[in-house]
Amino acid sequence: MSGYGFAIAASLGIVVFLVVLLRSRRVREKYAFIWIAVGIAVAILAAFPELMLGLTSLVGIQTPSNLLFSASLIVLLFVCIQLSVEVSGLEEETRTLAEEVALLRLDVERAAAAAGNPQPGPDASGPGSDASNR
Amino acid sequence: MEQDTGPRLLVIVPAWNEQESLPRVLAELAAEAPAADVLVVNDGSTDDTAAVVRASHHAMLLDLPLNLGVGGAMRAGYRFALRNGYDRAVQVDADGQHDPVDIARVVAMLDEGANLAVGARFAGEGDYTARGPRRWAMSMLSFVISRIAKVRLTDTTSGFRACDRRGIELFAREYPAEYLGDTVESLVIASRAGLTIRQVGVRMRVRSAGTPSQSPGRAAIFLGRAALALLIAVTRPMSAPAHKDAS
Repeated sequence: MSGYGFAIAASLGIVVFLVVLLRSRRVREKYAFIWIAVGIAVAILAAFPELMLGLTSLVGIQTPSNLLFSASLIVLLFVCIQLSVEVSGLEEETRTLAEEVALLRLDVERAAAAAGNPQPGPDASGPGSDASNR
Repeated sequence: MEQDTGPRLLVIVPAWNEQESLPRVLAELAAEAPAADVLVVNDGSTDDTAAVVRASHHAMLLDLPLNLGVGGAMRAGYRFALRNGYDRAVQVDADGQHDPVDIARVVAMLDEGANLAVGARFAGEGDYTARGPRRWAMSMLSFVISRIAKVRLTDTTSGFRACDRRGIELFAREYPAEYLGDTVESLVIASRAGLTIRQVGVRMRVRSAGTPSQSPGRAAIFLGRAALALLIAVTRPMSAPAHKDAS
């Protein structure tokens, strides 16, 4: 019995911790959501272990712990994939920003050079700088 | 600003830690392509690449704050070309393996109606060879991409290429930072966007520093990654604007 109590306490603790993180804006809702859902689900299962038995026979697995293990592995897998997707998005954003910073810096340097000495180097005042709309 | 003679050409040189070879490349570019503007994209180098470029007064420096890989550096270069109204862009490696003398020949393909011209190492000129699995990988890439582009391309991993305004517009929007994205996937993107691709044989020189990896294990990994890159490139959905302006 105390095992179930521990499970309930731990999962509720996790939910509370995530809410604290959310409140201090250290984690965004889209990442915290799945952990809150998992925490609540574990708490419910710990409070009503018969649910687990019912689920197990429903899915066709013999031992409830096996269902628990496989389900948690699947959840972790999907979270990892979600994080990979988010990291890729961040890398693309970083890339775009780095390109913009470099382009702006070159613009500034060329403007400064043009203001300093009015000798036209490789000139910037090309005709069609507003491309991409034809 | 009235001596606008012909299309404005930008030479884009992606450089990552190339302080040794860059001065010679820049000097040759100044000699061989005096009418073109040269833009060196410093891809977050940790050596004095930026200082070398600033010291030469012929080249402009696009100084990326991080290392983005060749694809990232190239897209930045094409964005510069797009915003500054260049009509044509040529990309040349900073390690000196591309001979600036050949720029005129590659660019000449654009006059003959190509949107994208590739300077190819295996097309008769020079004596560049690759062996073993790496060679198989390159033949596989050539075969598949030739089918997609509907023209025979023998050197799909060449970083020596020229493109016109259409190519600049496309590559300023889409130039993948993936592995092999700067060469193979960009060719697939170009042909799927309807650009005409041609190749011309160029001489490759021995790299000024460093040698390409040739061990069998690495070559096998190269083959695998090349196949994956190609599979993704061919099957991925195209972004919409590439199709819209086919008036």
